[in-house]
Amino acid sequence: MRSILATLALTTALVVPGALAAKPVTLTTTLKNYRGPGAYLVLYVTDANDAYKGTLWMAGGKSKYYKHLGNWFRATGGDPAQISGITGASVGAGRTLELTFDLSDALFDAGYRLHIDAAVEDFRDSPNDVVIPLTSANGGKPVAGRRYVASFTFQ
Amino acid sequence: MTRAIHRYAGLSAALLLLVLTLSGVALSVVPAWERLQAPATDEGGPSVAALATRVAENYPEVEQIRRAPSGLITAYYFVDGATGAVVIDPATGRGIADYDPSPALRWLKDLHRSLLLGDGGRMAAAAGALAMLALSVSGLLLLARRMGGWRRLFAPARGTLSARLHVEIGRLAMIGLIIAPATAIWMALGTFDILPQETANPPFPGRVSGEMGMSPAAMPALADIPVSDLRSLTFPYAGDATDVFTLTTDRGEGYIDRGTGLMLSWQDAGTWQKVNEFIYLLHTGQGAWAWGLILGLMVLGGPVLAITGAILWWVGRRARPALPGGTVPARRADTVVLVGSEGGSTWGFAATLTEGLMAHRHKVHVAPMSRFAPDSCRQAEQVIVLAATYGDGEAPASARGFIDRLAALKRPPAAKLAVLGFGDRQFPAYCAYAKQVAALAREKGWEMLLELDTVDRQSPQDFARWGRALGEALGHELELAHVPVQPRTHRLTLISRRDYGQEAQAPTAILRFALPRTGLLDRLRGRGWRRFKAGDLLGILPEGSAVARFYSLASSSRDGFVEICVRKHPHGLCSGQLFELGIGDEIEAFIRPNPEFRPARNRKPVILIGAGTGIGPLAGFARANRRRRPMHLYFGIRHPDSDFLYGREIADWQGQGRLSAVRLATSRSGQAAYVQDLLRADGAQLAGMIRNGAQILVCGGRDMAAGVAQALQEVLAPHGLEPALLKAEGRYLEDVY
Repeated sequence: MRSILATLALTTALVVPGALAAKPVTLTTTLKNYRGPGAYLVLYVTDANDAYKGTLWMAGGKSKYYKHLGNWFRATGGDPAQISGITGASVGAGRTLELTFDLSDALFDAGYRLHIDAAVEDFRDSPNDVVIPLTSANGGKPVAGRRYVASFTFQ
Repeated sequence: MTRAIHRYAGLSAALLLLVLTLSGVALSVVPAWERLQAPATDEGGPSVAALATRVAENYPEVEQIRRAPSGLITAYYFVDGATGAVVIDPATGRGIADYDPSPALRWLKDLHRSLLLGDGGRMAAAAGALAMLALSVSGLLLLARRMGGWRRLFAPARGTLSARLHVEIGRLAMIGLIIAPATAIWMALGTFDILPQETANPPFPGRVSGEMGMSPAAMPALADIPVSDLRSLTFPYAGDATDVFTLTTDRGEGYIDRGTGLMLSWQDAGTWQKVNEFIYLLHTGQGAWAWGLILGLMVLGGPVLAITGAILWWVGRRARPALPGGTVPARRADTVVLVGSEGGSTWGFAATLTEGLMAHRHKVHVAPMSRFAPDSCRQAEQVIVLAATYGDGEAPASARGFIDRLAALKRPPAAKLAVLGFGDRQFPAYCAYAKQVAALAREKGWEMLLELDTVDRQSPQDFARWGRALGEALGHELELAHVPVQPRTHRLTLISRRDYGQEAQAPTAILRFALPRTGLLDRLRGRGWRRFKAGDLLGILPEGSAVARFYSLASSSRDGFVEICVRKHPHGLCSGQLFELGIGDEIEAFIRPNPEFRPARNRKPVILIGAGTGIGPLAGFARANRRRRPMHLYFGIRHPDSDFLYGREIADWQGQGRLSAVRLATSRSGQAAYVQDLLRADGAQLAGMIRNGAQILVCGGRDMAAGVAQALQEVLAPHGLEPALLKAEGRYLEDVY
């Protein structure tokens, strides 16, 4: 169980002006045991029209593999500034990635969606492995991903 | 410097390199194996359009079709919420088998790339590749030096088994052992983002047609692309009108509209990408399975080189003795001994010399020639230079820069100079470096204490003789009893002897000893009597002396006895004792291998030339000629009644076919002739044999060998052959005393 406690301020794109209320949110991603090397994951937020807003976390260190996180890559062009300071190691098959952030309340119930793109070396890319609207109702409900993510929960 | 790099890189990285090379060799087989598995696609095969349509028919939820460098085509699909992967037959688009990449292979790849240790492991592997590259390049430079130049790189290798293996395998494998680590370092630099890792990134189309449902077969963008160019085709999400096909080929990447089938945007693969992919191909063999196998074979030589290299280093270490205590710093010495040594054996001679000089109350300073500093030797009265030669007359390792420093002197030092060269007469440039030093010193006007002298093949007798001359020049006795690191001796018992030559006042005897019995324990500890062949040397320690005398062996261990031919010298200690031996008496002896003096391992004819006791090893070769290859013997004696050694055996061997022809030269009977006269008479025949690849082996005294060389020069010159060239090829070998 890997857990990262990070009281990070979000990138400016995700900070809604005038927001004062923020609360710690834990994002737990568990991968299926797909019998392969570690997966690169990127967690990012889009608005209701799927326009990119900002990245929460990049799990995976080598930038040459970022293009396999197709949806995120298309939106950001692989811009390193988007993930500066919020990068970690890739996640092994069957392992869990636990992240805690102080997220502004304005992110919730405003039509924003959280995406997770996943990619595994020599395996099929999986953009939008998980897409979940950020609503209070969805909080705590585990949702299964398309390919590599066994379950994802935010609390 | 090169030698130091080679030695330390090898010793420190040996284990790491063993893991990397062996795992790499295992992986090198994979491209060939995958190629075997992939169903063949001929050049005129289906287009990507046709293939995609067929696959889509069989797997409606297909997500991606991928083609590996080996030609294997796989399809990834999504059925009932579960993902699947199959191997596709390109002809039918049907799945052949489930695609299940082997976890064992993945583990092996992880081991090779990162020692199973993640990023730190990757750095360690990269460091290993760097060490391997340093080893290969330094090894190549050392090899050129040792063989005597780049042009002689592929000349026959000489030396002990370890040395020969190291050279032979190094030569075969050097290309692979340079390409593999160099490409590995390049890829590691890419992985750590030091080198750019660009890939084709076409801009995502801002606008799509919004139509759906076109079959890939109808798409113009896919129609003209053969499957052999395909790398991957990713299908759009079902039901998503804005999603597109993504096509990656050898040429680049692009997006295709799912409704119109037109290429919306495309980007060619950049130069960096092509370079990186080529490097990847060079290293892994993916896409070039034959090269992968070749590279794997070459890298397989790596562990062998590591082992033989370690052996050579260990043996070299043991051969370097320590200098005696009591030497003084340069400024207080009256005698300075400068040593130019390559393998360490010359240091042993320096140690003996130093001891001898200090016993006569000299204050001696010993240093490598590279540290020659005449200004610091104010009180020196004599400077003694002991210089070995390396390769083709180059400076040995510890003498680097000496020649330059000597040439830069404005005034010769006040001390007198004596130069002693160490070499091997078998090599063309005998003591060339020492001769160069002496010549340059003379040019500079440096006063010589003694004329240049040489020691052949580390002979303690030559060294002792020079020591006496040095002693005379210094005004006192100087007995230098050099004892090289001696292998253990065994007691040999005389079982028979045949005497010749009493009438001609040249008593000669053939002595035959029994093979010593060695217990099992001794043999396990490596102290047994080693196997020997005719042409090797028997070192005998006469009573009362620690210096061995060497005799050429006339038999092989296979014959079951140890046989030598001895001539009694009037004041010879060893030959005198040997002549006193009766049946059952014992001597102390050991074997010194002489692998150079031997018929080559082929079926070409051999010309054996010898005189007097030189017949010994030649008789041994004839005795061992089981395969009846043509052997022509030229034997010089004085008188057939008095000193025809092996007379009866030679007739027998001729009858059995072990000797094709025997020509006897008698110098004191009938037509007085020497061996060289017979050679001249048979000139044409000899030249013909030599042109067809025959080999010449000469054994005897120095004068005879010189006469033979002269005769052969005359005989071969009109046919365009030269003894010097034959020597370089290893086809003209001499055992001369």
